[in-house]
Amino acid sequence: MRSQTMQFNNGIYVQSSASVVGPKEAEGPLKGCFDKSYDNLYCGEATWELAERKLMSEAIELCLQKANKKNEEIDFFLGGDLLNQNITASYVAREKEIPFFGLFNACSTSMEALTLASVLLDGGFAEHVVTAVSSHFATAERQFRYPTEFGGQKPSTAMYTVTGSGAAYVSKKKSKIRVESATVGKVVDLGVTSPFNMGAAMAPAAVQTIKTHLQDLRRKPEDYDAIVTGDLSRVGTPILKSLLFEEGIDIYNNHHDCGILIYSADQKVFSGGSGCACSAVVTFSRLFDELKKGELRRIFVVATGALLNPLMIQQNESIPCIAHGVSFQYEDDYSNR
Amino acid sequence: MDQDQLEKNKKKYKKAIEPFQPKPSYFKNCFKAFLIGGVICAIGQGIANLYIYYFDLTEKTVASAMLGTLILIASVLTALGIYDRIGQFAGAGSIATVTGFANAISSSALEHKSEGVVLGIAGNMFKIAGAVIVFGVVSAYIVSMIRLLVQTLIS
Repeated sequence: MRSQTMQFNNGIYVQSSASVVGPKEAEGPLKGCFDKSYDNLYCGEATWELAERKLMSEAIELCLQKANKKNEEIDFFLGGDLLNQNITASYVAREKEIPFFGLFNACSTSMEALTLASVLLDGGFAEHVVTAVSSHFATAERQFRYPTEFGGQKPSTAMYTVTGSGAAYVSKKKSKIRVESATVGKVVDLGVTSPFNMGAAMAPAAVQTIKTHLQDLRRKPEDYDAIVTGDLSRVGTPILKSLLFEEGIDIYNNHHDCGILIYSADQKVFSGGSGCACSAVVTFSRLFDELKKGELRRIFVVATGALLNPLMIQQNESIPCIAHGVSFQYEDDYSNR
Repeated sequence: MDQDQLEKNKKKYKKAIEPFQPKPSYFKNCFKAFLIGGVICAIGQGIANLYIYYFDLTEKTVASAMLGTLILIASVLTALGIYDRIGQFAGAGSIATVTGFANAISSSALEHKSEGVVLGIAGNMFKIAGAVIVFGVVSAYIVSMIRLLVQTLIS
């Protein structure tokens, strides 16, 4: 039978990671966790697109700095963002001069990139791979919705795009965080058409990926300290939990959502955070820190992506969604082996 | 999965997520829209009264001067990043008024400043407001045609 889950038994490890965020994220509950933050959406640049590029470029720079690596030593750079033609990642790749794969799976690109990086490493085609994703509130607003200063009212199911970028460097050298397995999602579309209700649109994709992952590996939710979704927010999260419960999978005790973790409820972010950077900056900062300390032993991160295109929505199409999951494991005896 | 089953699943899902959707509070939203919309109109009337008092303007001629002032205020508030917050609070109250129209134009212009004056600002200025203008002109044409028809029929 077909298996959507890959297990990396040859040892793929996260060497270092970094996150750079914008003002609202830096004021949120995770403020101490990020490597760098800006107090302005422009991040000292002339346009928002340049600001997003700066975020990704710095995330990679900081990530490689932590591992003492130079751009020339990296075999491949796997990156993506939300903008048309993946412009943030492409322009960053131009600057970094690392062989580049441009990826797009909307907000699930973070885990897509890590999955493919692990495949490249496990197959022996690369020694050092860096992945990075980014999103920016203003660039996303202008591409997917309305001008940022437009006074249209948004419903409370809407989400707030995370401004930031997360980068991770993976190789086969042993470290405390092992990339254990990855489940590749299928595109799921249950007919949600509102771009202001992406939590409800993406929940079935997350259900599909989590269910398949547990089935493929014959595991239970209790085998994980945390099952973390990317950006289902306050609307999608209860839907996910109840749909999985109907399937006999109870994740009420160990589920978290990056879109809820990153902002506090009083930050006026509607139902929560979204964007490529949402799952990346939370996973690559807070969650990886806890894994390194052994506070979390094994986590399953399911990045959810709404493959939304405004043109298709205007043509009355619904929103196809996808979720990619990667499980990370704490390796306590890594230095002795 | 065949098409029928998919359609069934979609319907089932639509029903299943209903209890999880936050209900918009229509009464509260209407009241907020009424309040802010009313305040904007009262400000307009205040400006009109002032203009009539201080300048050589009549009830008929003051309208364009008053509208110009409101448009200016709305555009400045848009540039300062205040108008979108009013919009989130007031909904239709601040969109349906002339200030909402000014906001739609100035926010689009601001947004595309980075693409230059011609292709950016000028090319995108009417991105949102364009539809309003088109339907305004079309409906005005239809209404005046009906009026003309009725007038000729009566006389």
